[in-house]
Amino acid sequence: MSTAKAMARPDDLMGLTPGEYDRAVAILGRRPTQTELGVFSVMWSEHCSYKSSKKWLKTLPTEAKWVICGPGENAGVIDIGDGQAAIFKMESHNHPSFIEPYQGAATGVGGILRDVFTMGARPIANMNALRFGDPSHPRTRHLVAGVVAGIGGYGNCVGVPTVGGETNFDPSYNGNCLVNAMTVGIAPADRIFYSAAAGPGNSVVYVGAKTGRDGIHGATMASAEFDENSEEKRPTVQVGDPFTEKLLIEACLELMATDAIVAIQDMGAAGLTSSSVEMAGKGGLGIELDLDRVPTREPGMTAYEIMLSESQERMLMILQPGREEMAMGIFAKYELDFAIIGTVTTTGKLVVRKNGKVEAEMPVEPMVAQSPEYDRPWTKTPARPVLDAGNVPAHDPASALKALMSSPDLASRRWIWEQYDHLVRGHTVQRPGGDAAVVRVPGTTKALAITTDCTPRYCHADPETGGAQAVAESWRNLTAVGAKPLAITDNMNFGNPERPEIMGQFVGCIAGMRAACLALDYPVVSGNVSLYNETQGQAILPAPAIGGVGLLPDATKSVGIAFRQPGDTIILIGETQGWLGASLYVRELCREDPVARQVWAPPPVDLGWEKRNGGLVRAVIEGELVSACHDISDGGLLVALAEMALAGNVGFDIATPEDAPALHAFLFGEDQARYLLAAPDPKPILASAHAVGVTAIVLGRTTAGGALTLNGRVLISVNELREAHEGWLPSFMAAR
Amino acid sequence: MKSAVIVFPGSNREQDVADAIERSTGRQPLHIWHRDAELPDVDLIVLPGGFSYGDYLRTGAIAARSPIMSEVKRRAERGTPVIGICNGFQILCEAGLLPGVLLTNASLKFICRNVHLKVETSQSLFTQRYSTGQVLSVPIAHHDGNYFADPATLDRIEDRGQVAFRYSDAAGNVTAETNCNGSARNIAGVFNDTKNVLGLMPHPENATDPQLGSTDGRALFDALAEVVA
Repeated sequence: MSTAKAMARPDDLMGLTPGEYDRAVAILGRRPTQTELGVFSVMWSEHCSYKSSKKWLKTLPTEAKWVICGPGENAGVIDIGDGQAAIFKMESHNHPSFIEPYQGAATGVGGILRDVFTMGARPIANMNALRFGDPSHPRTRHLVAGVVAGIGGYGNCVGVPTVGGETNFDPSYNGNCLVNAMTVGIAPADRIFYSAAAGPGNSVVYVGAKTGRDGIHGATMASAEFDENSEEKRPTVQVGDPFTEKLLIEACLELMATDAIVAIQDMGAAGLTSSSVEMAGKGGLGIELDLDRVPTREPGMTAYEIMLSESQERMLMILQPGREEMAMGIFAKYELDFAIIGTVTTTGKLVVRKNGKVEAEMPVEPMVAQSPEYDRPWTKTPARPVLDAGNVPAHDPASALKALMSSPDLASRRWIWEQYDHLVRGHTVQRPGGDAAVVRVPGTTKALAITTDCTPRYCHADPETGGAQAVAESWRNLTAVGAKPLAITDNMNFGNPERPEIMGQFVGCIAGMRAACLALDYPVVSGNVSLYNETQGQAILPAPAIGGVGLLPDATKSVGIAFRQPGDTIILIGETQGWLGASLYVRELCREDPVARQVWAPPPVDLGWEKRNGGLVRAVIEGELVSACHDISDGGLLVALAEMALAGNVGFDIATPEDAPALHAFLFGEDQARYLLAAPDPKPILASAHAVGVTAIVLGRTTAGGALTLNGRVLISVNELREAHEGWLPSFMAAR
Repeated sequence: MKSAVIVFPGSNREQDVADAIERSTGRQPLHIWHRDAELPDVDLIVLPGGFSYGDYLRTGAIAARSPIMSEVKRRAERGTPVIGICNGFQILCEAGLLPGVLLTNASLKFICRNVHLKVETSQSLFTQRYSTGQVLSVPIAHHDGNYFADPATLDRIEDRGQVAFRYSDAAGNVTAETNCNGSARNIAGVFNDTKNVLGLMPHPENATDPQLGSTDGRALFDALAEVVA
């Protein structure tokens, strides 16, 4: 070590810290070659090594009876009965999407699809969670247009329906948009494919697209803050080819139906480097690669370039001896490259040759085991005071409703999801626009419910409450369509972890998520961390996006948010205190108010109430007593009612209960653990609620004629509200 | 009934249409890979939706030159019913089996939503279970569905009753507002001159299951099941 340290470090450490460089020297016992330094740099990047987050991620609950495979593989796997498994994960492509929105978002979709079909699953649904800057920021429109077109361009072509997601706007994302993509797939539970290499002497096979010079050091780029020169990072963004991906899906699934594959891993971030290191590391073996056999897009690529390229639509696999020819036949049918580029060895080393020369020879186990792990200093986010509704201006309910429903965070997302093929494969039971998408499992009566959720302004005001709320809201959204929530994937989007207050946000959100996952028996099975979402020192609002998956044994019993017919009784489930702190009402309508516009405590999350109220809602949906259901979240009660009315083109007539808080707090407070139900016959629901001690209040009825009526006064018509609600995003996008 | 769905590289709605055919006939159709040497003797040939060859070059243009297409042409000329949906419609146009061509949507964007279709004629083996003027609710999902042909061609196919469907409103009014993608004369689907080949952009196969919102596409597949039985 002392001799190594004495050696001069090169000027360019490729993103490694001097200490990390010295550690690499110690592992090798010499100075790394350029290729080796590149391998260390990407393997130990924040993106690949989770060095700042590992300590805290380990505290999240990852187990339940139905969990087949938790975090650590390409995606999480849960048992959904009948010998079937659901495989899913969410992953960020924030940095590339900000630099080049179309390709950044498209390759984000491509990457997450590969994570899922690598494990043997047929992808059945895509979702996303998007966060953009202030609509008035000059770049926002360009990013929205590019990201949405990129997600659609890729997902539509591969034939996987994009069934929903969420989109927020906040000035903190002006310099760093968030693009989180999620894929859900289905596989036979006894045919899951893992990445651990096995069988010394077995062939290491490269399949898919050719390797080019795109995306070199993408993982390193994604692990740094942006500055004024970020535009120059465009060459680190990969270019997607969904057509090749579609062929790759079909070819891999065809090969997976045989017994030829020992292990398989997609080439995602850090490309051939991370796939070979991970396969060798997990198998406790070595891998030798001959880079002259790697199919390349252009001549003259160096070992460094080939190892670090992030060209898309490529997979690495290890085949059973003697099955190479059969496998090659399948890839030839789809006109994809297939090349035996190496062998599994017992040396425990990654050996890379190019033109007969050894370009890298690195012990895998120490590279993985000694990858840096930091216990970054952190400071707890200071507690915010509770906002008294009496100090918040009380606006007229009709104008407040119209303003909120046409505000950027609540306006209809139709402009977005109509650009996504959400119907291909023919199993989409609940389409975008509701609480959760519902997609049937082909060949069964079952369906999966899928949602993505996070409320960054809550996480900013109180990370622990915000983390719990994100998990609880996803659980509620699955419950609201009638599903039993099973597990989540998380996508942790934060600023620079080297700043204690940012690290404190991360620690706080994890603590809240952990509490919610434990209380709701709703473990984390996969996830991704994206740090350094900062530009010139300006950090994003923390966004631990939660992708939730639930199961409906009988798809025909799912309900949507749309009021189905006039005459149904509207029931409010849960307690309403009228919590206005951190609400959209305050943010959108009280900008000028010096008191209200400060940062106030977000609504508390009572996990006991969540569980009880959700359990009741699921039971009455299962009992087919409910015609529509909606969870109450952003914007509060009146917004949720209005969304149900718009979706069904059916009006309502409600009255405030006698013991309600102040009207504006009752209508727009964002108290948690609440649902709205519509039911032809309320009596059995009220009786069930009473029996389990859940608060259930009859608010009124759905009505013919399309008027939204409160306490005898018509607030607005469905048609007028629809115009405002549907109009904002298209007109924003059409503006110049 | 024996039917075959031709699968091109990049096809992605082959299973959707196969499931729709099974709902009407009780049998899954054959899936024929575009490079399979032989097209079996079948009563119905289906070109499914998707992005054959990634929609690179022009939609449907590369698939239209796949070797299997010359056999599809031969069968069509001998009277075998052929239906092309979405990308299948684009391929049939590019292959010269149907008049016209499909351009990029007027909005320049991909559009996925339910639209209303007015049935222009019940006088075909595909549409005989509908009544002329009937309005259907069927989804579209395409980026290049803007039907184009020169005015003389449009006049000719209209005169000969070769227009199968037009984009309309729920009452059957065909207007500029109901033209979701900019198609000439709101045309959503056309026949060849012997009416044994149909191409259409909307997806009747995604409207054959009550759980998915509409069953208005079902009668098309029921009619085929009966005719070619």
